[in-house]
Amino acid sequence: MRVLVAMSGGVDSSVAAALLVDEGHDVVGATMKLWGGAGDSGCCSVADVEDARWVARQLGVTHHVFNFTDDFEARVVAPYAAAHAEGRTPNPCIECNRHLKFDRFLDRADKLGFDAIATGHHARVTAGGGRFRLRRGADAAKDQSYVLAMLGQAQLSRVLLPVGRLTKAEVRGLAGSLGLRTAAKPDSQDVCFITSTGGREAFLGPRIGLRPGRVVDATGAQVGTVPAVELVTVGQRRGMGGGAGERRYAVSVDVAAATVVVGTAADLLDSRVAVTPDSVSWVDGPVAPGTPVLVQTSAHGLAVPGAWEGDEVVWDEPQRRVAPGQTVALYDGDRVLGAALAACIGSSKD
Amino acid sequence: MAAPLAYLDHAATTPLRPEALDAMLPFLTEHFGNPSGSHAVSRAARAAVDDARVTVAEALGCEPGEVVFTGGGTEADNLALAGVVARRGGTVACSAVEHHAVLHATAALGGRVVGVGPGGVVDLDALAAALDGTVSVVSVMLANNEVGVVQPLAEVAAVVRRAAPQAVLHTDAVQAFPWLDVATLAQPAALVAVSAHKFGGPKGVGALVVRAGIDVAPLLHGGGQERDRRSGTHNVAGIVGMAAAMRATVAGRDATNARVGALRDRLADGLLAAVHGAVETGMRADRIAGSCHLRFPGIESEALLVLLDDAGLCASAGSACASGALEPSHVLAAMGVPRDEALASLRLSLGVTTTDDEVDLALKIVPEAVARLRGD
Repeated sequence: MRVLVAMSGGVDSSVAAALLVDEGHDVVGATMKLWGGAGDSGCCSVADVEDARWVARQLGVTHHVFNFTDDFEARVVAPYAAAHAEGRTPNPCIECNRHLKFDRFLDRADKLGFDAIATGHHARVTAGGGRFRLRRGADAAKDQSYVLAMLGQAQLSRVLLPVGRLTKAEVRGLAGSLGLRTAAKPDSQDVCFITSTGGREAFLGPRIGLRPGRVVDATGAQVGTVPAVELVTVGQRRGMGGGAGERRYAVSVDVAAATVVVGTAADLLDSRVAVTPDSVSWVDGPVAPGTPVLVQTSAHGLAVPGAWEGDEVVWDEPQRRVAPGQTVALYDGDRVLGAALAACIGSSKD
Repeated sequence: MAAPLAYLDHAATTPLRPEALDAMLPFLTEHFGNPSGSHAVSRAARAAVDDARVTVAEALGCEPGEVVFTGGGTEADNLALAGVVARRGGTVACSAVEHHAVLHATAALGGRVVGVGPGGVVDLDALAAALDGTVSVVSVMLANNEVGVVQPLAEVAAVVRRAAPQAVLHTDAVQAFPWLDVATLAQPAALVAVSAHKFGGPKGVGALVVRAGIDVAPLLHGGGQERDRRSGTHNVAGIVGMAAAMRATVAGRDATNARVGALRDRLADGLLAAVHGAVETGMRADRIAGSCHLRFPGIESEALLVLLDDAGLCASAGSACASGALEPSHVLAAMGVPRDEALASLRLSLGVTTTDDEVDLALKIVPEAVARLRGD
């Protein structure tokens, strides 16, 4: 097969490329340039592109750089900023997977005559009866099926995830034994366009303008202020006051009114989480309402039981509130069923 | 990696001319001397640099003492702009289609950028308007690296004399030298930059003409070579190779223009006829003979270059950033080409080694690749 491997310059995609070469595929590597100038850090810095190029050379495969900065800005960065201005907290890495890796990159691969693309995600694609399934990676601690949960048959039929069958330790071991220069490179942690020094504040401030907000209790009485209401996420404790008596959490955020309502941990518990109807996607067809599912609502969160009810998940046991805009991924065991975005709290049926 | 079947990226770099290689080899082997020394081994190297300086001066239309050997075109451009500003104060004005060596140096010096017309020729009215008593150096290239457009340097010089008589004119002649009589055309400029590898010389060596009476402060401080304008031990083999390539280029320039110009016309006309919707950037008459710049609306250059590379054709589009990613062209933007069309462009640049077969191959595989990307 002719396979175009998305090589970020990290160890996982390096080993993905190595495994495909070893399996005899006709492999070409490509690094997406998504963000930033010459001196940037993050997942597509010049140093990372150089790492990818070196590994490609070590493997004897051709390497290209694709400049997708326009698309990344339009499909990921601008919506991320706009969402904050509306009080939602999206996961930009998921949107990057949705719009860049498994759309723009896949389309480029098609045009260039590749049969499939591959990435270094820790998840598994399995096939049977002409249908494709998405499963958790072999390494539970590194599983990334959550950030791929919005993929459907159209993508999965053309996607290879070679490292999903390995643990991270095995990936690093392989990289080391092959002498790949990315073998000991630390995992990327942060959103690539948010710097560790400036944080979300430095990024969002110039884009959307941050405004101070009032912090009120359930009765509407003001109990404090926050410097930037757009940066407050539902469930957040930091900056919400409380102190000695009872811990206070942001239970809802109204950006338009520049108001954060705080409450106790108990106030954050919901019996259900509504989703935005047009955000629902299925790996292999919809799940019938009433179906028991396992539900994961953050990249490293636990999957907890509930029931899919068509436009919401009803939890078996009350769960901590899901911030609007977060991805709600549905599983059957280790198999991804589908995904949707958590709706604004006001639209829940509570 | 298989050898390419067609190399049409001479604006990026050219193969070393055999004359250059032959001239260089002794200075990479037995004649290893440092020209700044005083013994026999040094003297041999010094003589070679002196001879090269005479050759370069003749090819560039200046006196030997006005030639400053540099580490390439970028250094020559930077030395011209920063060197003048350091001595005279003030700032830089340059055209919007300059190579990044000038454009970024201008930005670093707090300079200003002057627009061009739709054909890529600098807007002389805008230039006049941008000039005032604070401008100490004006930089306008002789021929553009992306679209090959030739600038009217004499007219530019007249505007500078009128609107900023205190300013000196610098021209980046890096792309022009293989094609144009720089010795004559660059006369209106006080400073002229060239780069050896664009005309069959080695990489990492270039020259800046600094005409008598113009003082440039050095970028590099050290042993005081090049009359204190460029310290650092001479790249003897590089300088000798550059001079040999210059001599060969000048000797064959008329014939090369005629032969390669005809090949370029056949290539451009053939592609315009074969690819539906293809557009040629700028006016053909305004450009150097090796330059063919086309746009194929509906496709992406980045993907096109991969397919052409797969098929054995080396071409280019725009310029690459530090990561190697293709950047949207500032030249096309300055010419008013819409961004999506700029991202659909292809630069095919021919050179002295370009053959009929290479043009035939390009005429076959470019239309095929465009059709494939368009899903035709």
